[in-house]
Amino acid sequence: MQDDNKRYVERDRNWHPPAYAPGYKTTVARSPNQALVSLQRPSVSELGGPDFRALRMGPHDNDLLLNYREGQDVLPIGERIIMFGRVVDQFGKPVPHTLVEMWQANAGGRYRHKKDAYLAPLDPSFGGVGRCLTDDDGWYRFRTIKPGPYPWPNGINTWRPAHIHVSVMGPSISTRLITQMYFEGDPLIPICPIVQTINDPDAVETMIGRLDMARSRPMDCLAYRFDLVVRGELQTYFENQ
Amino acid sequence: MQQSNSVGTHDLMLRETASQTAGPYVHIGLALDVAGLPERDEEIWNQLAKPEADGEHIEVVGRVIDGNGDLVRDALIEAWQADGQGQYQPAFDLQKPFNSFGRTATTAVGDSEWTLTTIKPGAVTRGDGKTMAPHINLAIFARGVNIQLQTRLYFEDEADANAACPVLNAIESPARRQTLIAKREEVDGKVRYRLDIRLQGEGETVFFDF
Repeated sequence: MQDDNKRYVERDRNWHPPAYAPGYKTTVARSPNQALVSLQRPSVSELGGPDFRALRMGPHDNDLLLNYREGQDVLPIGERIIMFGRVVDQFGKPVPHTLVEMWQANAGGRYRHKKDAYLAPLDPSFGGVGRCLTDDDGWYRFRTIKPGPYPWPNGINTWRPAHIHVSVMGPSISTRLITQMYFEGDPLIPICPIVQTINDPDAVETMIGRLDMARSRPMDCLAYRFDLVVRGELQTYFENQ
Repeated sequence: MQQSNSVGTHDLMLRETASQTAGPYVHIGLALDVAGLPERDEEIWNQLAKPEADGEHIEVVGRVIDGNGDLVRDALIEAWQADGQGQYQPAFDLQKPFNSFGRTATTAVGDSEWTLTTIKPGAVTRGDGKTMAPHINLAIFARGVNIQLQTRLYFEDEADANAACPVLNAIESPARRQTLIAKREEVDGKVRYRLDIRLQGEGETVFFDF
């Protein structure tokens, strides 16, 4: 059977945020009441997943400084940064050729989405979306503007920390993960209700991008490193015996 | 690696990066047209099958409903399914007539239905030799959903296969199995299957851990 000879390390659902986390109000009506049904024997339906190596990307798909122009030759306003990292599995094995996608607000915390009505202005040179495949060794990189924090209707005065949404497929729909990268040292992180859906402070640490001066470019841009860890792949040697 | 990834109870194993909600603006990144952004040359979207693909061409539609009975208008859904012969086609390539993977979204306006244009999947045989009824794996991402909800869509006109499906039968409550079974409709001679996903409360959809 295709892909039926592997397993993934069980997802630790006490490490991930629970579905119901009332400090983040939208979860209250969007969390199942019933227990998840565990598939003791995942099949090819769960152990396989799409391979995007044939997806045709544009030359600037991973460069948010250049991939959105409203007919003008003006760079976006804000802190120029490289965001990069490595995708590995829980055994430290690199995950090559996997799709990493990201999206974010602009320097003022405004999203280019028709539903975002925050009064901070759009940047005519900034779209806020990127994608790339990891290389042979699992590395990915984007060039972008550091996003700004923004207010949102949760508590009376709730603000998101600066963050970049990050989506990674990994080798299977079992490893599929969407998370957010926060920025080292941001004082909004510990008071964010979405961050605080996570109970284990060590789990919060896995979502923090670290300033990396060695990868920064003098007189050009800073760099933040954000490694992604997806579920570890196990081979099954003694199935059905 | 970040040092914190290598500490904790699993001595020699890294911890998985923690999940976070995709948030209200997931479309900017994963459904550009829905956000109002210009699309790139190739996007991963909701046409899994082109007209020339082999198999029975179907449309799959539904809504996402929250615990108050209100429409969830900002959900992103990912679909993963076998082809008409029950084989997965992992190599995603928009030049091919069929891809096993696609994305769709509910919308801010109107009846807020997600749609997939695809072919009806064939039955898939598991590693233990048991055959699963035709199904589409779905993952739901949205604001207020901290980690994606994983479910399956089955087809009501596959009653015998559904009754024998080892995954459906792993659901202890027979009544809850029905939450995964899409209803068949014919619209203008085209076959359409409809499944509403209820996140919470009465008729709550079964979600899986795997």
